[in-house]
Amino acid sequence: MQKVYSRPKYLKDAAFHYCPGCGHSIVHRLVAEVFEEMGIGERAIGVAPAGCAVLAYNYFDCDFVEGAHGRGAAIATGIKRRWPDAVVFSYQGDGDLAAIGTAETIHAAARGENITIIFVNNGIYGMTGGQMAPTTLRGMKATTAPFGREPRREGYNLDITHLVAEIEGTAFAARALITTPKEIKKAKKLIASAFECQLQGRGFSIVELVSACPTNWKLSPLASIKFIEENMAKAYPPGVLVERRLPEAAKE
Amino acid sequence: MRGNNAMAEAAVRAGCRYYFGYPITPQNDVPEYMAERMPEVGGTFIQGESEIASIYMVLGASAAGGRAMTSSSSPGISLKQEGLSFLAGHELPAVIANVVRGGPGLGNIAGSQSDYFQCTRGGGHGDYRMIVLAPGNVQEMADLTYLSFDLADKYRTPVMIMADGMMGNTMEPVTLPPMIKVEDLPEKDYAVTGRLGKRKSRVRLSLILEPKDLEEHNWKLQRKYSLISANEVRWEGFELEDAEMVIVAFGTAARIAKGAIRRVRKEGLKVGLLRPITLWPFPSAAIAEAAKTAKDFLVFELNAGQMIEDVRLAVEGKASVHFYGRPGGTSPTPRDLAKVITNRYCQHFRPI
Ligand SMILES: Cc1ncc(C[n+]2csc(CCOP(=O)(O)OP(=O)(O)O)c2C)c(N)n1
Ligand code: SF4
Repeated sequence: MQKVYSRPKYLKDAAFHYCPGCGHSIVHRLVAEVFEEMGIGERAIGVAPAGCAVLAYNYFDCDFVEGAHGRGAAIATGIKRRWPDAVVFSYQGDGDLAAIGTAETIHAAARGENITIIFVNNGIYGMTGGQMAPTTLRGMKATTAPFGREPRREGYNLDITHLVAEIEGTAFAARALITTPKEIKKAKKLIASAFECQLQGRGFSIVELVSACPTNWKLSPLASIKFIEENMAKAYPPGVLVERRLPEAAKE
Repeated sequence: MRGNNAMAEAAVRAGCRYYFGYPITPQNDVPEYMAERMPEVGGTFIQGESEIASIYMVLGASAAGGRAMTSSSSPGISLKQEGLSFLAGHELPAVIANVVRGGPGLGNIAGSQSDYFQCTRGGGHGDYRMIVLAPGNVQEMADLTYLSFDLADKYRTPVMIMADGMMGNTMEPVTLPPMIKVEDLPEKDYAVTGRLGKRKSRVRLSLILEPKDLEEHNWKLQRKYSLISANEVRWEGFELEDAEMVIVAFGTAARIAKGAIRRVRKEGLKVGLLRPITLWPFPSAAIAEAAKTAKDFLVFELNAGQMIEDVRLAVEGKASVHFYGRPGGTSPTPRDLAKVITNRYCQHFRPI
């Protein structure tokens, strides 16, 4: 019999604690596969977030530093400046990256910091039990937006990747949906491109993975995928948002 | 050299190659100096977007094995507290300079010692301690900064230098410590490096979900703090031998106190100074020892009375403890303080 799938080399032999249908498990696997295929897993240093992926280092088999909520990009900056040849990435949720860590994220991009951010957007605070995130859609319910998000009351949802893409130091910003195998394949390609961008020293790279939180959306895993396709994908359309070549400074 | 610059140059000589900071008066000389100096020695200087970002850049560089530093002043230190807690929990070395200004809130930029509680009590969340060094002149700004990198590495803990605006901006001659070779520093077997297939992956963390494991981690930290308390207490005595009255003061206040003591000694008052150099660990034993002979303690601080709590604890009721302080960012002259001392002394001992 032909073996079509096995555990990626850079995932430890540990069972995920994530809920059934959660996108984090899939994104972990994609990143680990990319490490193996690109041969960069031995050089990788990750920063884990506060959020459902707080235990990412229990799964990834590479060096890791646990971050404080939102500070991933700053910590990754310190690591990268120490080891410019390492492949440094920060793994963050939407609460982490788009709320408490907005400044750290935007300014790491503005510095053109040569790091990669894996950004899992599930439109909600998973770990703390379903509170509103900056990315929560209009009309979407959260425990702290019990009537559904209404812009005049809870403000507009924030497309942070789009914002970051506008910044000159951002070499690569892309978005993918964690829904069907086809979309997931695209996601993997974009993750690979982001790391490639870091290997080429082109600057800041970010990949947003629009992903399900069935538990806090209070939907089944399948209904969650439908929710992404029908709602999340409209607010956060997939594709490459920006791709910049070598920074001006490097060309001279 | 200016105090702030002496501190910055000493850091470079101690092997600091990663400096991250955010401007705030009265310590702007430090980031400005480092912006020039770091590239010269092959190091990294980043002006962070905030004090929070800067302390986490320090955490990243330190987790990756580099000697890293940040500096700030009171409101900025408030922002760094979260990161200090993480550095302590992750057991990572780092040097943090606080060139204190008057407070609370924005306060003013004059030298002050109003952050004593904040510096010595940890400030951030959790059961942790931090070595706090209080230089008393520009030479010590250099020497204690130099020392702080070794202490931080030895105990894998953040170390704070608590100076003040006056100390940071005073100019004095300095003998600078020698430049160490960064390559000669011992390898850090806990640092993340990208493992290059040679070893198991390393993780630096402070999240410990299993209650008994967290308890053990906390006891381990406490054992480390006990060790530091046993080994790293530093203080200076001045005219202490026959003192009937002891002034306890640190940093700039101690300098003023020395001037005052010289004056009152001329009048025959038996007054001495005990100057804590480490604010944590606090020289409690030295104060207890002094309390065996001296019967009156005057704690002099450039705040409304913070260190006095530590002095009281150390004296344990064996002598009277009084306070004189100026919390506005202003400081008395040695002459002013001499008057205060004389008044107290005459009440307690004998009229002159
Ligand atoms: C300073 C601080 N504030 C708040 C928290 C609590 N907290 C932990 S995770 C989290 C939100 C996580 O949401 P997100 O980043 O979207 O990740 P998810 O759990 O959805 O994957 C919050 C608010 C914290 N750990 N630290
Ligand atoms: S709460 Fe949501 S984000 Fe967290 S593991 Fe469960 S499904 Fe995933």
